[in-house]
Amino acid sequence: MKIKLWINEKEFTDDVSPDIALLEWLRSKGFYSIKRGCETSNCGLCTVLLDGKPVLSCSTLAIRANGKYVTTLEGVEKDALEIGGFMADEGSEQCGFCSPGFIMNVIAMKNELTNPTEEEIKKYLVGNLCRCTGYVGQLRAIKNYLKSTKEV
Amino acid sequence: MKLLFTIDQYVIAESLEEAYELNQSRRNVILGGIMWLKMGKKRIGKAIDLSALDLHKIEEDEDCFYIGAMCTLRDLEVHPGLKKYFNGIIEKSVESIVGVQFRNGATVGGTVFSRFGFSDVLTVLLALDTYVELYKGGIVSLSDFMDMPRDNDILVKIIIKKDNRKAAYVNQRKSATDLPILACAVSNVGNTWNIVLGSRPAKAQLISLRLSESLNEEQINEIINVVEDKIVLGSNDRGSKEYRSILADVFIRRNIEEILLGGNHED
Repeated sequence: MKIKLWINEKEFTDDVSPDIALLEWLRSKGFYSIKRGCETSNCGLCTVLLDGKPVLSCSTLAIRANGKYVTTLEGVEKDALEIGGFMADEGSEQCGFCSPGFIMNVIAMKNELTNPTEEEIKKYLVGNLCRCTGYVGQLRAIKNYLKSTKEV
Repeated sequence: MKLLFTIDQYVIAESLEEAYELNQSRRNVILGGIMWLKMGKKRIGKAIDLSALDLHKIEEDEDCFYIGAMCTLRDLEVHPGLKKYFNGIIEKSVESIVGVQFRNGATVGGTVFSRFGFSDVLTVLLALDTYVELYKGGIVSLSDFMDMPRDNDILVKIIIKKDNRKAAYVNQRKSATDLPILACAVSNVGNTWNIVLGSRPAKAQLISLRLSESLNEEQINEIINVVEDKIVLGSNDRGSKEYRSILADVFIRRNIEEILLGGNHED
């Protein structure tokens, strides 16, 4: 089935199988920031933005992205580097495998919530699992990042 | 790696009638958010997509909320009108379901039509005056729908009446984003008290009792005894029947107390 969509503002057209996940299809196009994690809709590693909303690309059919705008980490490199810097400062990146999905959801949260409280941050990011850090360093990093964006 | 299930053909339905006709074949499937479907190995002939049928909206008038089947659980969570009603229990019922990304995919229609035994959402909707609109079956109460066998009709929307009822909801999970061990919703309108236990671990069940608007300790104990008699709890790897029974006692009492202390329909 033919689809047309925009990935990081660039137009793509393709003929896709109806049962291919967006995760698979995006990786086949070279967007390797998107990690294959649990594939049971639980870990958040495969998070991308679909028309600005964070979704699990392992649980979204590529065909359902037809006509929509997809944003991957490659499309928000400047923000990703900045957030990654705050994570490194707090020792909260460690193996780094969950970082792309986590950073995509942080960006979605920043776009959706104004001045989120610590509780709101935890609630928004609870769907991003990390096996290394214990989350406390990540929370410090995100609070520092959000504070820095207000200072600019 | 491909998904476990396969789809031969993908059809974006242009009308409910077309979707209904296609759905009469056992090989064809209406797609919701596919969160649960993707865990199985079903071989689907035609996957029927309802996303072109304008079912993504939550609308409200003076009497009701009308929630389209293709609304996501996140839509329920952030809708300003729903937040204000029923002590915010609709938001509470979805906020622990995995994460924001999951809730941006899972649909109301998929959740309600499937009548999942672990559903937080059904537990809360049953405690409210909720109806489902089926394409062929018309409007039926959610409690009747819960007992109907699964058929090939199409769920079009959910209707929740604004009847000023007070409500409260609690659940217990082993970890923040897991399925609930037990979910409990209680609502009160006039002299009627509605108690719902979900994730029993079976589909949510409602008990309605006519008592008085203000309950004393003896009446609360009576409610708990009736629920214990009429709602069967079970065991699974998340919790034993005995543990669920203890939780049910505490949750019913806690919800009633919250309502008696003012859990109300609108701030």
